[in-house]
Amino acid sequence: MDNLLSLVTFFPMIGAAVMLVFLRGEDEMAVRNAKWIALGVTIATFLASLSILAQFDPENTDFQMVEEASWIAGMSYKVGVDGISVLFVMLTTLLMPIVIGASWNVDKRVKEYMIAFLVLESLMIGVFVSLDLMLFYVFFEAGLIPMFLIIGIWGGKDRVYASFKFFLYTLFGSVLMLIAMIAMWYDAGTTDIPTLMDHTFSSDAFTILGVTIVGGAQTLMFLAFFASFAVKMPMWPVHTWLPDAHVQAPTAGSIILAAILLKMGGYGFLRFSLPMFPVASVHMQDFVFALSVIAIIYTSLVALVQEDMKKLVAYSSIAHMGFVTMGIFTFNKQGLDGAIFQMISHGFISGALFLGVGVIYDRMHTREISAYGGLAVRMPVYALMFMFFTMANVGLPGTSGFVGEFLTLTGAFQANTWVAAGATTGVILSAAYALWLYRRVAFGDLIKQSLQGIKDVSTRERVLFAPLVIGTLVLGIYPGFVLDLIGPSVDALVSNFNDATAGLMDAAPALVSH
Amino acid sequence: MPSIILFAPLIGALIAGFGWRVIGEKGAQLLTSGLLILAALLSWVVFFQSYPEAETITILRWVESGSLNVDWAIRMDRLTQIMLVVVTTVSALVHVYSLGYMENDPQWGEDENYKARFFAYLSFFTFAMLMLVTSDNLLQMFFGWEGVGVASYLLIGFYYKKPSANAAAIKAFVVNRVGDFGFALGIFGIFYMTDSISFDVIFQEGHHLAEVKMNFLGLEFAAIEIITLLLFIGAMGKSAQLFLHTWLPDAMEGPTPVSALIHAATMVTAGVFLVARMSPLFEYAPGTLTFVTIIGATTAFVAATIGLVQNDIKRVIAYSTMSQLGYMFAAAGVGVYQVAMFHLFTHAFFKAMLFLGAGSVITAMHHEQDMRNYGALRKKIPYTFWAMMIGTLAITGVGIPLTFVGFAGFFSKDAIIESTFAAGSAAGQYAFWMLVIAAAMTAFYSWRLMFMTFYGKPKGDKHTHEHAHESPLVMLVPLGVLAIGAVLSGVLGYTYFFGEGVAEWFGTAVYTNHDTNHVIHDAHNVPTWVKLSPFIAMLLGSVTAWVFYVWKTDIPAALANRNQALYKFLLNKWYFDEVYDILFVKPAFKLGNFLWKKGDGKVIDGGLNGLAMGIIPWFTKLAGRWQSGYVFTYALAMILGVGGLITWFMITRGLN
Repeated sequence: MDNLLSLVTFFPMIGAAVMLVFLRGEDEMAVRNAKWIALGVTIATFLASLSILAQFDPENTDFQMVEEASWIAGMSYKVGVDGISVLFVMLTTLLMPIVIGASWNVDKRVKEYMIAFLVLESLMIGVFVSLDLMLFYVFFEAGLIPMFLIIGIWGGKDRVYASFKFFLYTLFGSVLMLIAMIAMWYDAGTTDIPTLMDHTFSSDAFTILGVTIVGGAQTLMFLAFFASFAVKMPMWPVHTWLPDAHVQAPTAGSIILAAILLKMGGYGFLRFSLPMFPVASVHMQDFVFALSVIAIIYTSLVALVQEDMKKLVAYSSIAHMGFVTMGIFTFNKQGLDGAIFQMISHGFISGALFLGVGVIYDRMHTREISAYGGLAVRMPVYALMFMFFTMANVGLPGTSGFVGEFLTLTGAFQANTWVAAGATTGVILSAAYALWLYRRVAFGDLIKQSLQGIKDVSTRERVLFAPLVIGTLVLGIYPGFVLDLIGPSVDALVSNFNDATAGLMDAAPALVSH
Repeated sequence: MPSIILFAPLIGALIAGFGWRVIGEKGAQLLTSGLLILAALLSWVVFFQSYPEAETITILRWVESGSLNVDWAIRMDRLTQIMLVVVTTVSALVHVYSLGYMENDPQWGEDENYKARFFAYLSFFTFAMLMLVTSDNLLQMFFGWEGVGVASYLLIGFYYKKPSANAAAIKAFVVNRVGDFGFALGIFGIFYMTDSISFDVIFQEGHHLAEVKMNFLGLEFAAIEIITLLLFIGAMGKSAQLFLHTWLPDAMEGPTPVSALIHAATMVTAGVFLVARMSPLFEYAPGTLTFVTIIGATTAFVAATIGLVQNDIKRVIAYSTMSQLGYMFAAAGVGVYQVAMFHLFTHAFFKAMLFLGAGSVITAMHHEQDMRNYGALRKKIPYTFWAMMIGTLAITGVGIPLTFVGFAGFFSKDAIIESTFAAGSAAGQYAFWMLVIAAAMTAFYSWRLMFMTFYGKPKGDKHTHEHAHESPLVMLVPLGVLAIGAVLSGVLGYTYFFGEGVAEWFGTAVYTNHDTNHVIHDAHNVPTWVKLSPFIAMLLGSVTAWVFYVWKTDIPAALANRNQALYKFLLNKWYFDEVYDILFVKPAFKLGNFLWKKGDGKVIDGGLNGLAMGIIPWFTKLAGRWQSGYVFTYALAMILGVGGLITWFMITRGLN
């Protein structure tokens, strides 16, 4: 099929449109139909995306399955995937049915809710397959709207504050990014991403208002993109929107936010910052390293004292994203492999953790840690599930969480031992906050009256957890499924990067000769 | 065959953990125990095979990223063989013992199912431990390393309704992670310097690494020193060496079979195994070896001092374990890795037995663990008494000096003490004296335990004493098997671990740099007074214990009264926990709170809100005629506009 990528991208949106047109009323029937249609559409999208994976040739480092339709002013509708983006497309399509399944108990404006999620899916996939600057921008920004609505309409009691915070933060970065994009188009005469990746933007230093800009135009463009991606990741210190957004978002919203939306920042660094602004990236390496290590230590410490489960998991997410940004900016094979792997792995693990919070929230309608205790007594299956993902979250070897952390740290050690040592303390801190959370929720005797009748996970919930457990375990034992897929693309990225920055990086210390 | 040994416990754990509802709790218990016995028997078969060169069996590829290339694999050589028999034998015996011990656990109600879970954890632990010892690269070793950590965490916190057990479990995991922090950095360092983490490759690099420098945290080090030091920090965590030891005594919250298996015989010895395994690197790192010697010897001493005054029977044995681990490190530190392994081997038997014996005492006494409430149990539980007696004779190192007659500890511990003297270095001398003094204290606290428990008059609850009963056969048989080990493992192992056969028997598994290291040879030629010193120390300690706890039983209390400060200091374990609480735990929570409320709240949110409040009205004014006042509306309009444009062009031009 020639336009498989477009089909996968827009199929959820088509489903949403069908719902919008044909589903009428708020009665039980309509609600049920909305849920099943949404589930069907997301599963169909996932199945269709499997054929993308089947057609994809990992050895080929060019963009594949490219579709192009010209547009105005040199811009075009152009989509395609490489080893990195195909993985994010798969992550998105795989998680969406779980997200819909996690929303089964929604009772307010169900049709609109499902439409919002389906539209969001299309937009997220669009971000990962776009090969044109403007197209990317549109998808990237438009994704804000459904998420804004999901938090703002179906969120908790402070949902308005949280949704605005979310929106303003991310929008602020985007405006700068848009300006940089226009500048790039002006400079290179095209918005075609593959062409821009080969284009060399000027990195000659210049001086404005007495300030010398090292790395010149590249640095300015880098910073503009950085503003957007850093907010999305989120990196310290522009991370404070995330805990609020998570706390207020409905469970399904949190899963999407943590598992996929955050990855757009990391994806942006890989697709734009490193290939297009390599010289600036080198100049900014220490800066990003510093922010990453601060993020890891700072947010881990903050996670330690949280009283709200979702906030704790949110802070933990930020710390884990610190490993991603650190890994990306090592510019070496292990660091980049690790960063990408960490993003995929975190998609499963954080998704599962938010799902886990949702499970007990559905029962008790509180996320206060102190409202729980001793759940292992009444909910053994839940306790097991929660334990598994707690351990995955602290990077236990054998789970996917370990591979990403290990590779990013291995990469970091080659770049800067301070960074590696600082980030590795996160391994200690994560164990502390995660186990401390687990202890307060699941261990202890079940003495609280309100918890006496609590029910263990239902069949529906088990079905939702199952793919996440399998994914986390399989990738931990056999990470080749991901590493083989991204390998050649990352190799190409690293070698292009090294060519572009030859002589700029400190000569690597003499390694042992073989 | 090694694959069967490796995976039998995993299969048992999975079936017991997930399928016990199908096969029943009893089924799960018997299945896991049966598979472990199978693994143990096969391990002994493998033990008597010969691997002159290490052999590697690849199972599955694991992490591949550029030049980093790691498989799941089994490395068979002498070190692996030794660890296989130790781990599977003790584990099998502990499984069997637990059939009895866990039968009617008073921590659980009638309707609660806990046994299958317990056995699943035990088997899972065994699997992780086997992964650790069979690894052919550092990463798989780290997998096992953390895996046993999790199993330990789960088993310490097995009584999850008990707050103290939960606290102890977290403490164990987090303190171990501090060690793992070092271990992980060591792995990164090795990869950085040698572009590999496979043993076959890195073992060739020791000589080279000794010559190159490496920058770590802005300082120049000899690469070999910093790498081995970081690895050793990992070993310190796992093996409860001084400064990272605080979790081990607390770990006694777990059921007693767990203490025997994990916190005495196997997991805690992983650090010693690590150093022995890495001997091709450590041999070129004299600085780190000195550090290892000093830490080991000091740990042996400190732990023994604390053991002198503890009243909880399990804690005494826990400190004893810590102390004995110190001996092993002291041996490794002076370059006699084989002797370290010797003590690891013998210790596994007699320490597991002491713990299982203690478990038998504890069940007999209705879960009373305070020795001050014991006394005169010799007649009540005679089999347990004799087992504990053999264990005590073994750990204190009873034997006839200058001959080959003695219990296990007599051979392995004396070999260590002689080796430290033979090392000739200052660190060796320090270790020698520390270990001799510790040997006296070992004898004292071991006999103190025996006398307080089995001799004198019954103390504490009368009712409990009246109902004290011997344990069932299923618990006594493992004790008997371990007793055989405690008697014979020393005399049978001597030739291979320390005597003439050592070089041939270990083959290439342990590396000795013959240019600088002749300790194992010299240790046989130390002066006679050195050979006698551990015996004399043992005698002194034993006699003192007899005087204090059998003959003039009012002396201990009087001594404690006269030296209140010292007594408190020892009783409170040198105040490590208190100091760490002030230095690390409390500040971490305070800092977390500060960063959250002030950092995130006041500075970041406050600052940005201020900024936003400044900008938004300006925007609003700018776009005043839109009247709406919400920035997002404009953004929305913009995005919808762009989106609409795209759609329009797409429809009009079509998708080619």
